[in-house]
This record gives sequence, structure tokens and C-alpha cells, in this order.
Amino acid sequence: MNAVSFKEKPTTEIRTVTQPAGMSMRGYLSVFVTGISLGIVFVKSEITSWQRVHDMFLLRELHMYLIIGVGIFVAMISMLAIKKFKVKSLNGKPIKYKPKPIHKGVIFGGMIFGAGWAITGACPGPIYAQIGGGEYYALFTWAGAMLGMFAFAFLKPKLLMSSSRC
Amino acid sequence: MKELIMQPWPWWVSGILIGLIVPALQILAGKGFGISTSLQQVGAMCTAGYGPDYLKNHNRRGSMWTLIFVMGIAIGGFIATQFLSANSNPFLPESYHTVGGIVRLVVGGFLIGFGARYAGGCTSGHAINGISNLNWPSLVATIFFFVGGLTVTWVLGSLIF
Repeated sequence: MNAVSFKEKPTTEIRTVTQPAGMSMRGYLSVFVTGISLGIVFVKSEITSWQRVHDMFLLRELHMYLIIGVGIFVAMISMLAIKKFKVKSLNGKPIKYKPKPIHKGVIFGGMIFGAGWAITGACPGPIYAQIGGGEYYALFTWAGAMLGMFAFAFLKPKLLMSSSRC
Repeated sequence: MKELIMQPWPWWVSGILIGLIVPALQILAGKGFGISTSLQQVGAMCTAGYGPDYLKNHNRRGSMWTLIFVMGIAIGGFIATQFLSANSNPFLPESYHTVGGIVRLVVGGFLIGFGARYAGGCTSGHAINGISNLNWPSLVATIFFFVGGLTVTWVLGSLIF
């Protein structure tokens, strides 16, 4: 009896709980196609355009605010419906949102991020769409973002003591 | 129809399509919409299990999808620019195609990478995905994205632009 119940708990199972593994080929393919669709929308909505972002921060036009607002609204309705009807992911697992915690980085990091967004006219998604669209100067934005990420990686122990993940 | 597609898309079409990315990613792949993790993923792949904890302890296999996702975004950007645009609108103004422009892009990019990872997400992970899942810290993050952006534009704008 004991031997059987021991066999039912292989160590690999514990590992998959703490370290979620990769995806199926179909999963990666659908992520890829979703990314392509998003890249097209980024460019066609012109949120990849520096001028649009600048005009947003100058409060000169509502274009960006409306896109973000409608985006949040549609996503919120969809997620509420998903939770209400307990829709499952195609991989069979229930759909769950992993909350992002509050800590001082949300405030200070948020402000720093906003400053970078205003200067470069791009947030991370549009950087990739700009590069793909042939705006090779956006590679400098991306390189800067990598440097910033590395700087945070080294400074994280000093900036955030322990509490937060992500 | 073709003419409409070739023009810039109206805000409501764009907003609806961006909003639908959130349920699409969840249903198709069981993942939450977020883009700035891709930076951490590339960093962790470069250091390959060494370096600071932030990169050493990063789950490279579990976050591999973020890299596939942003490659898709780049290819989508290529398709939209090459085949779906009548008159290609500039991404960056001419003034950014200079040495001074490069400095601004690198410094601004640094702030994006540092700030997004410090805040735990960017416009996609916090503003779109976080708020739509009623995660209130994401609303705080989004408010401070705009505090930072508005301050730079209105207070330091004459020095930078």
C-alpha cells in the first residue's frame, strides 16, 4: 500500500508546479499567430507612431486614450465572461489571472516607465512592431530597454527587499 | 473594403482588436497578456543560468512563449507596413534619425526597460491585462505611467523634444 502511494507522487510532478514548463507546439503556434495579429493592429492603429504618443501626452488628441480605454473595456468584458462561464484554456486548464502585487516599484517604476514611453514614443510591444516595420532606429530603443532591464536585475535586491515577484 | 484596410484603422476597431488579445491568449495558450517579460527572458537566455537572481531564477522554459509572441509582433509590423499600408506613416520623426535622436532612444529605452520591470509590467501587462482583470495595483501603475509621461512632456519637453 505504502509503496503504491509513494509511486503516485513522482518528483517531476512537484517540479512542474513550481516551474511551469514550456508549451505544446500548437500552443507556441497560436501564440505566434496572436503576436502577428497584434503587430498588425499596433501599426494600423498608429500607436507605434511617436507623434501619436506625443499628442497623447500633450492632450492634443484622444486617439490613444480611446484605444486603451476600449481595449481595457473589451478585455474586461471578455475576462468577466470567461470567469462567469468557467471557460477553459485549450490546454484543458482553468483560466486564472495571476495578480500583480503592489509595492513601491509600481509607483516609482511606473513613473520611470512613463518617462521612457514619452521620450521614445513606444512602449515595449510597439518597439518590436517598429523594428519589424523597418524602423531600425527602434533597435536603439530596444537595446536601451535591455540595458534598463539588466540594471534592474542587478539593483533589485537593493530596490525591493523580498516581497514582490515578477 | 481593401481601401479601408489600407487606411489607418479607427480607434474603436483598434481598441476592440487589442482588447480581444487578452481572452485570445488565455483561451489559446493559457497565458496572461504581457510583453515586457520578453526583456527578462532574453536577459536570462544571455546569462544562461548565471548572473543576478532576477535572471538566474527566471523560468526560461516557462516564459519562452513571450519570445515567440514578440517575434510574431515584429512580423506583424512587417506585414502591416509592407502589404497593408497605402502611405507608410513614419514611426519616428526625422529628428530622431540623428546622433541626438539615438541618445534619446537609448536613454528613453533604458527608462522603459528599468521602469517596466521595476513596476512589474508595462502598458500591456498592467494597463490592459491588469485593469481588465480588476487588479487594483495595475490601476495604480497605469496612473503613474501617465504621471511620468505627462511630467516629462510638459516639464522637460522643451529640453528633450
